[in-house]
Amino acid sequence: MSATIATDTAGQGMPEAVSKGAFDLDWANVAKSGSIAALIMTFIALSGMPDGLDARPIVDGVRVLTIGYLTLFAVPLAFGWMIGNEVVLEGMVATKRGPRDLVAGAAVGALGGVGLTLLVVLMSNFDLRDPLVNWSPQLFNLLTFDSGVGVGVWVWILIGAVLGAIGASLRLLPAKIRRAVIVMFLTVVGFSVLQGLIDDIVGNVGETIRDPGRFSEFFGEGDTPRPRVDSVFDPVINFIYSQTGGLKLVGAIVLALVAGALSLSGRGRIKAAKASYNAKTGPERTKQTSIMIGITAVLLILLPFFSGKIVNELLANVGIFLLLALGLNIVVGLAGILDLGYVAFFAVGGYTTAVLTAPKPGDAWPEWLPTLPWWGALLVTVVFAAITGLMIGAPVIRMRGDYLAIVTLGFGEIIRLLFLSDWLKGYFGGAQGITNIPAADFGPLGTVSGVDPRSVFYLVLVFCALAIYVSWRLERSRLGRAWMAIREDESVAEAMGINTVNVKLMAFVVGAVLASFSGAIFSAKVGSIFPSSFLILVSIIILVVVIVGGMGNIMGVIVGALVLIGVLGGPKQPGLLQEFSEYKLLIYGALLIWMMLKRPEGLVPNVRRSRELHQDEFLQDAWLKGEVDTDDEDGELATEVAPA
Amino acid sequence: MSERILDIKNLSVTFGGLHALRDLNFHVDEGEIVGVIGPNGAGKTTFFNMISGMVTPSSGDILFEGKSIIGLDPNQVTQRGISRTFQNVRLFANMTIAENVMVSQHCRTKQGVWGALFNTPGFKKEEKEIREHAEKVLGFFGTRLIGYRLEQPASVLSYANRRRLEIARAMATSPRLLLLDEPVAGMNPKESAELTDLIGKLRSEWGFTIVMIEHDMNVVRDVSDRVVCLDHGETLAQGSFEEVSNNPEVIEAYLGRPLEKKSAS
Ligand SMILES: Nc1ncnc2c1ncn2[C@@H]1O[C@H](COP(=O)(O)OP(=O)(O)OP(=O)(O)O)[C@@H](O)[C@H]1O
Ligand SMILES: [Mg+2]
Repeated sequence: MSATIATDTAGQGMPEAVSKGAFDLDWANVAKSGSIAALIMTFIALSGMPDGLDARPIVDGVRVLTIGYLTLFAVPLAFGWMIGNEVVLEGMVATKRGPRDLVAGAAVGALGGVGLTLLVVLMSNFDLRDPLVNWSPQLFNLLTFDSGVGVGVWVWILIGAVLGAIGASLRLLPAKIRRAVIVMFLTVVGFSVLQGLIDDIVGNVGETIRDPGRFSEFFGEGDTPRPRVDSVFDPVINFIYSQTGGLKLVGAIVLALVAGALSLSGRGRIKAAKASYNAKTGPERTKQTSIMIGITAVLLILLPFFSGKIVNELLANVGIFLLLALGLNIVVGLAGILDLGYVAFFAVGGYTTAVLTAPKPGDAWPEWLPTLPWWGALLVTVVFAAITGLMIGAPVIRMRGDYLAIVTLGFGEIIRLLFLSDWLKGYFGGAQGITNIPAADFGPLGTVSGVDPRSVFYLVLVFCALAIYVSWRLERSRLGRAWMAIREDESVAEAMGINTVNVKLMAFVVGAVLASFSGAIFSAKVGSIFPSSFLILVSIIILVVVIVGGMGNIMGVIVGALVLIGVLGGPKQPGLLQEFSEYKLLIYGALLIWMMLKRPEGLVPNVRRSRELHQDEFLQDAWLKGEVDTDDEDGELATEVAPA
Repeated sequence: MSERILDIKNLSVTFGGLHALRDLNFHVDEGEIVGVIGPNGAGKTTFFNMISGMVTPSSGDILFEGKSIIGLDPNQVTQRGISRTFQNVRLFANMTIAENVMVSQHCRTKQGVWGALFNTPGFKKEEKEIREHAEKVLGFFGTRLIGYRLEQPASVLSYANRRRLEIARAMATSPRLLLLDEPVAGMNPKESAELTDLIGKLRSEWGFTIVMIEHDMNVVRDVSDRVVCLDHGETLAQGSFEEVSNNPEVIEAYLGRPLEKKSAS
């Protein structure tokens, strides 16, 4: 190990970083990381992702800049970056950045490339298509850049080394430039991936600006379809995007430059705005918050007018899962109850609404079963969900941690199996489910059904807003504090007078009610529900959304739902990247593992939660910054100085 | 004669084959400060765990204000008016200092989901009272735990301040009987002298009856009306500090510890 131990700790302040020769590396570590990179690259290649996503160009005309190739390129880049990560603890001295990092990055990348080289050689000699479905000529051509084994055997080592070195070189850049580079990269990839969405929305907005009359058409009032006009943004869109998909080369360069420039100039301003917002207190802050909420609301209300049907459908799905995630966030994020059977409440919500609104849900129901309008059924659904919450909650709530997780998992399945069973077939239709669920009718406000995703979006928006409000209020209440205390230390919470059983049950019930809203909307949207809509997978995906977004943080959950459900897709619902559907679960899994290892607090961390998970680092940082109250002198003095 | 607030009769507990407490008889009168001493592993913390409902005794009875509290859950015991601190400081480390003390008023307050959702006048009033009570309790320790500290997480506190916050959190449950498990452990002599003072004030100003486990004999001597010595789950001696500390059996139990020197000083 080449860990550096400080020899001189007597000096004040941070010790000087030591510089080392370019080849003075921890080679064992390089070899280890390199082998992992090689394994990951081979795995990705054989998973079919590069091949499947090769049809999506990032920059049109540049053969290797496709999303497919990117899945492979990302590995040496990431490993090159990671190999330069040095843990500096108290009493250790950091190593100076320099050519050493580049050598390490290149070495790791090249080793990673060796993995693909081996694969190429094996592919040219053996046919393992039988167990490995993706062992195909297409993959071979992709890996050899259509140039045969001769190129294939060295090209990936070279690519790996170059990308690894590029990844490592990021460490050498000043933080500001590095950020700009990353922003540039993400902008280009993001714009290319979101092409459909951007094209759609910007196009519609542009058309409406040219011909404002179109706006009324969105309400379904225009009698004859208005003639198509060119969007005012057409020149811009045509400048950035190529007709055949992907960015144009010039467009990509301009985009990157703009993004880089914005990142360099804008960050200070964002920080300043944030600081000024945080510094505000009382009514002024309330005012600013209300303005921001108002703007967001207006944008969200206008959005569906300008996005096409597919995007609206997608937003509606995101909303349905977001609503679930917000509910689960109360249970897992706030109260710390790991409920893996959350889908049960979604199912109860869906089925109750279906039974109460469908004209003929099943043969076994008695004559007097009413057929209610959707909102009427919703009231009953809420009551039912709360009761189910209590019934499932009561037996499991005394358990803790892993035991509770396993038991809730079981209950989640039991509920689904009940709906599936022959025993209750007369009521719930067994595997055939309930199919003739009508649209939700809101009289003058219109109807909500799956054929009009925009209406579903609005309905879901209302309920998400409600769920956010509920989470926000509860978090800052007596109940919310009790939940947090239980999450922190259940026995102590109980000793401090909190009736943990009741309080945890309350979390369960609030979560159940929010999930049942989602189920009710889901059944009106889809028009038919089957037990297969409520697999355990739903629970798990919702949990991943909550974890990836940032447990206990409302903003994080929203971001998590947008990124995961919106981009990758829900359990059965396609996301923005339809091509990814096949690899969705793989990506979910990988993301979850990575997040758990590297960023357990989620994308948008809850300050508390993040502190909890990085306790040691936090304490050390705080100690270094002198924030921890290391002795009592300050308090002592203050008491003595303060007049009695 | 003042009233018996706590009366423990023939209390025993076993963990597997180990008799952590054996046939313990013990009482506390209203307004007393009782010191509990004894060598490590004597069963002192177990004794607290039993009163606070965290461990169920195998036999015997605990009467609090005349009523048995055996079989009650810890939160019910707290509701009745017994509160405790923990020897190994168990704060809600990631909640703020204010929240730590606010949350322990849970059993004295009642607003639920509706109040919170609709921000009812009752909810606002109760929140305000909770907050004010929290600040009042924290203010008992001078300025260390109030002001800018209120919104800091408990994890940034120094060890001594964590102990103080533990006491504050227990105080906020508005108990009548306060159980302090080694309140000055890990404090320097100056800090422990000051806390000894405060423990006296907990009785005179706040009206708490106190049972305190403590190894620091100076503290025990300065503040307790009466001392009980436990060893191997049994009461070795009860009485005034002088009586107990001069008891030959107690001295024997403490052999190797500088009890004689300390008590002589
Ligand atoms: N939950 C438990 N299960 C099994 N044994 C226990 C349990 N709790 C305590 N004990 C045992 O009971 C005995 C008394 O422990 P206790 O913690 O009450 O001692 P103590 O007097 O508080 O000691 P110290 O001064 O070190 O705090 C010890 O031998 C301990 O190992
Ligand atoms: Mg103890």
